[in-house]
Amino acid sequence: MGDGRKKWGAGKWNKYLLAGLLMTGLALLMGLVGLFWTPYSTTAMSAAEKFDAPSLGHLFGTDNFGRDIFSRVMEGMGTTVVISSLVVLFSGSVGILLGALTGYFGGMLDEIVMRVVDAVNGFPSILLTLVIISILGSGKQNVILSLGIVFVPSYIRIVRSEFIRLRDADYIRRARLMGVGRMRILFVHILPNIFSVFWVSVMIGFNNAILAESGMSYLGIGVQPPDASLGKMLSDAQGYLRTASWYSLAPGLSIVWVVLGFALFSEGIRRRNGREQ
Amino acid sequence: MKYFMKKLITLIMTLFLVSVAAFLAFQIIPGDVVTSILGTEATPEREEQLREELGLNKPPVERYFSWVADVLRGDLGESYRYSKNMNEMMPVAELIGDKLPVTLWLAAVSLVLIVVIAIPLGVLWARSSSHFLDAVLGVVTQASMAVPSFFLGILVTYLFGILLKLFAPGSYISCQEDFGGFLKYLLFPALSIAIPKIAMTARFLRNSMLTELQSDYVRTAYSKGCTKRRVMYGHVLRNAMMPVVTFLGMIIAEIVAGSIVIEQVFGLPGIGRLLISSISTRDFPVVEILILYITFVVIFVYFLVDILYRVIDPRISEV
Repeated sequence: MGDGRKKWGAGKWNKYLLAGLLMTGLALLMGLVGLFWTPYSTTAMSAAEKFDAPSLGHLFGTDNFGRDIFSRVMEGMGTTVVISSLVVLFSGSVGILLGALTGYFGGMLDEIVMRVVDAVNGFPSILLTLVIISILGSGKQNVILSLGIVFVPSYIRIVRSEFIRLRDADYIRRARLMGVGRMRILFVHILPNIFSVFWVSVMIGFNNAILAESGMSYLGIGVQPPDASLGKMLSDAQGYLRTASWYSLAPGLSIVWVVLGFALFSEGIRRRNGREQ
Repeated sequence: MKYFMKKLITLIMTLFLVSVAAFLAFQIIPGDVVTSILGTEATPEREEQLREELGLNKPPVERYFSWVADVLRGDLGESYRYSKNMNEMMPVAELIGDKLPVTLWLAAVSLVLIVVIAIPLGVLWARSSSHFLDAVLGVVTQASMAVPSFFLGILVTYLFGILLKLFAPGSYISCQEDFGGFLKYLLFPALSIAIPKIAMTARFLRNSMLTELQSDYVRTAYSKGCTKRRVMYGHVLRNAMMPVVTFLGMIIAEIVAGSIVIEQVFGLPGIGRLLISSISTRDFPVVEILILYITFVVIFVYFLVDILYRVIDPRISEV
């Protein structure tokens, strides 16, 4: 128990951490580069290269318009990563704020917020997302907002329970006695100590955001063209499953790759922290 | 009984809140329904007339109660998009009536698959001390959490439909046509819903059994001379099933939600698909009813599980 920052720096590598870091690193690199540069143009069509199987020239083959699938996956991964990061950023910061306030102070606010959190957890998150999307309409911003809202409760829970655990710790009592201000106690004294726990839930949240975003795009209510997206690609590709299976496999396996990478990475962090205790 | 009443009141309260939320949510929607039906070219008189017909000129509270009264009477309103013929809009009830059986059968087949496969698998997993099975099932559980449901559906289509030719993807057979064929077609979408849930349930049952195996009564049973088989199935499994029942309740709720995506993948004309298309076309009366309906099913399942749990295990009946 103790200092989160120390925990973060110390500890040993393990195979989960290494594999996860490699997989996510590769996916993130691909996605971020894909936002600015792709080997081929993602829109250039070529009738001659329609449905080329994967080869050295086109790593993942070409689609029904002769477009390079690898380039399109890169671009789609970029969009997905950016959207998921913003979702996590939004829900994480709202979660920290509300979780800190409810956990540390308790009282009426805690009651109200927790009832809402319980209600939201009471039914499948996909439904709530759909309600919000049907009110706001589809599109990039609305996907971020709706998923952000839906994911807030899970962060509130985690942050709140950590703040409850720490609010009566000796060093916090001492800080209070010394006359440290409330906000300083919350965000300077307690917050850094919950990061080791919070970090893992950020990873899980990031994965859920990727899955939800690609699912919504697949259903046609998420990111809209011309924005690239892995989910939309998959739903376009599905019709050609018989003739060009690589078209479906490329975006699908890319999603699996990045999600699995993050899962391994967070497992690695969890194990490393666990061993220290 | 007292507990039952308390739960029932909570159930009704939740439903009331959800209905208010569903109603209010669709009141604050930007954009006017009337304009979206008539287009921007319509005359103000015609717009006013339609507003009157749809009852949109009354205050929200009054509209909420008349909506609820209509729903309770079985009049679910009319779709903005689908028309029955030239002059009549399609009633939502009729629209849903066709599609509901598909979704319910899909959920039922998925649940049967989960129970029939996951429970023996969980027991086998708990009994075996083989590291090989541990590793295989561990990997499957991990992987099934990383594969998005729609991609899993596509993989199932590819494997069973195209490579093994066990069903013809896209050629859905309606249940009126041929019930056997209908169920056979549903088997594969159901499998796509079930695979991750099977992994989760089996793992859950295994952990539950391993915990039970530590108990004193297991040692007592062995020392009385019970066989391993008798201890496993007669004692441990029965106790280990308790938490699994609750878990299955949550799984049912997830199946209902999961079918929204899987129906789209396999082209099944169920309510999930209707919900998605109604959202894209902003057909709010349909969305409202479907959200209400699905939420109701989910809450009701939780309620039933809660009651069932107390029936199976009398120890927790009085709190």
